[in-house]
Amino acid sequence: MEPYKKFTGIVAPLDRANVDTDAIIPKQYLKSIKRTGFGPNLFDEWRYLDHGEPGQDHSKRRLNPAFVLNLPRYKGATILLARANFGCGSSREHAPWALVDYGFRAIIAPSYADIFYNNCFKNGLLPIVLDTAVVDGLFNAVAKTDGYTLTVDLENQRVIAPAGTEMRFDIDAFRRHCLLEGLDDIGLTLQHVDEIRIYEKRRAQQAPWLFTEL
Amino acid sequence: MAGQTLYDKLWDAHVVRRNDDGTCLLYIDRHLVHEVTSPQAFEGLRLAGRRPWRVSANLATPDHNVPTTNRAAGIVDPVSRLQVETLEDNCREFGITEFGMDDPRQGIVHVIGPETGATLPGMTVVCGDSHTSTHGALGALAQGIGTSEVEHVLATQCLIQKKARNMLVSVDGEVGPGVTAKDIVLAIIGRIGTAGGSGYTIEFGGDVIRALSIEGRMTVCNMAIEAGARAGLIAVDDKTIEYARGRTYAPQGNQWQQAVAVWRALHSDADARFDHVVHVNAQDIQPQVTWGTSPEMVVAVDGRVPDPQAEPDVVKRTGMQRALDYMALEPGTPMVAIRLDKVFIGSCTNSRIEDLRAAAAIARGRKVAGTVRLAMVVPGSGLVKQQAELEGLDRIFLDAGFEWREPGCSMCLAMNADRLEPGERCASTSNRNFEGRQGQGGRTHLVSPAMAAAAAIAGHFVDVRTFGQTDIEAVRTASR
Ligand code: SF4
Repeated sequence: MEPYKKFTGIVAPLDRANVDTDAIIPKQYLKSIKRTGFGPNLFDEWRYLDHGEPGQDHSKRRLNPAFVLNLPRYKGATILLARANFGCGSSREHAPWALVDYGFRAIIAPSYADIFYNNCFKNGLLPIVLDTAVVDGLFNAVAKTDGYTLTVDLENQRVIAPAGTEMRFDIDAFRRHCLLEGLDDIGLTLQHVDEIRIYEKRRAQQAPWLFTEL
Repeated sequence: MAGQTLYDKLWDAHVVRRNDDGTCLLYIDRHLVHEVTSPQAFEGLRLAGRRPWRVSANLATPDHNVPTTNRAAGIVDPVSRLQVETLEDNCREFGITEFGMDDPRQGIVHVIGPETGATLPGMTVVCGDSHTSTHGALGALAQGIGTSEVEHVLATQCLIQKKARNMLVSVDGEVGPGVTAKDIVLAIIGRIGTAGGSGYTIEFGGDVIRALSIEGRMTVCNMAIEAGARAGLIAVDDKTIEYARGRTYAPQGNQWQQAVAVWRALHSDADARFDHVVHVNAQDIQPQVTWGTSPEMVVAVDGRVPDPQAEPDVVKRTGMQRALDYMALEPGTPMVAIRLDKVFIGSCTNSRIEDLRAAAAIARGRKVAGTVRLAMVVPGSGLVKQQAELEGLDRIFLDAGFEWREPGCSMCLAMNADRLEPGERCASTSNRNFEGRQGQGGRTHLVSPAMAAAAAIAGHFVDVRTFGQTDIEAVRTASR
């Protein structure tokens, strides 16, 4: 994974609570055996007026002109502003894959569903938690200003508004470290091979039935 | 020192290593694999030149994409077929046991795990599927994971995780007739909300949970994720142990005795401390029906579609309004006035034998209403199907006008050919009523198997308790 650097980007507001991963990427696209190419189908059922299927030429489909990502002012957005419990439902990692493939690098919301939150970090997508009141303020600011941008500074755990206002966010130190360095979890865990072996040996004695051959 | 919760005990027994910041390497005993969330993980393994850490910890089956009719014809959709074939190829390449499409043990991962004894009390269980929480009904720590974690577990047999907080949901008293596990869990979600369990592992306890069968407990834990919790748990008792006894992969002989001794301790200590406790009074729980596009949008069957204008919170109010628009419902409509186009009995929430018994108890000797286009029963696994046929449940359903299908996820998420058409309204025993979940533009109402069967007969929602004393008794016996 690429190290996560400070950046400034256009903010797109998605003003609904409990956005589920079925909405982020509908099931027909889960049939893919690849990790990439989900961007055109991000929020598919909201973004297009017709029904989409994998393998279609999505540039020929009918866009929903009212959907936020289709508004010219949010073109090229890299920060998604969202509401509470974003990413609830299915564990599909296709959801962060689609967001990243579309071009998003950070999400700002008051809260996230656990599995989705976790999946984001594995894909270089930063889910930022800010207070509901602060998020409300951002929704207002985005609505007022065409081309509204924010700066995301992971190293200093700050979101910075155009006027210079800084909004601090909390993040788990280990996750922050992995993102900043672009570290791969599997490689990290495999540094502890001996400990895993010792654990297994002890367990196999205490609870041999856990090691039954299937 | 305060006692430990069941979650504390399961967690502690599986910590391989603890970092200073509290992040742990957690050992995983069982990994269930299906075709949708695994291909990219196997691909990752291959690219890195890695092998599975412990091959026999993994058990695979295709379930999301498989057809529920005419299995012999194979999968028609080439994209679905490729995904199922990719699972087969990966299992063959890496030596993983797979219950393939033609195997009588094939079924929904969360049904086949417990029924074969591949998932057992005291285990850590993961799967690239959020409803892995189901297995917590056996006193196992079971969680859904994403595909990167699937690869991580394949490669290392561990998960990197921080411990969640402890929540107890205690359901006390006694439920009335016609009220089943599904109604209990829907009522809980209605109460705490879809984010209520976020950041927690929920232990379900109280008289009512103890009185449930293991199948009923699985229904409850299945939907823990719908309350925002990654894992749901229920303490081990005699029923759990009887359930595990004699299953294919359950321990035998001496090891059985040894295992039972360990399992007996799998409950929260009397003086255990929970970070959050919710009490639910069983007497208050009626048969439930969802009206909206989130499982928390639920009311009792004798209730009405709520009015968004009565909701003070603006984000909630717009959410309710949007849900009503999508569902094409007017505030104030009695739930029993809502007519249905399709009925789906199945999914990892409600496709086990006792769910089918409960639905059959209502369907017996009756007919599906002429206005219902399709009423289908999809058993959770080949073994459930065999058992149901042995009991003659298939005949009851067929005689009543239901279709009797092959096992799989089916219309729970409509990745195969089973789906709702735009605008169609469905009574479903599954777990998610999200927009488009059962097919783009489809409208889903979540209910229990008995309520789904009753709705199929009536053509609209109906309080299953009006179906006569004998039938209700039969539903009750089926759920023991
Ligand atoms: S039955 Fe539905 S919820 Fe369960 S695993 Fe299959 S798709 Fe997921």
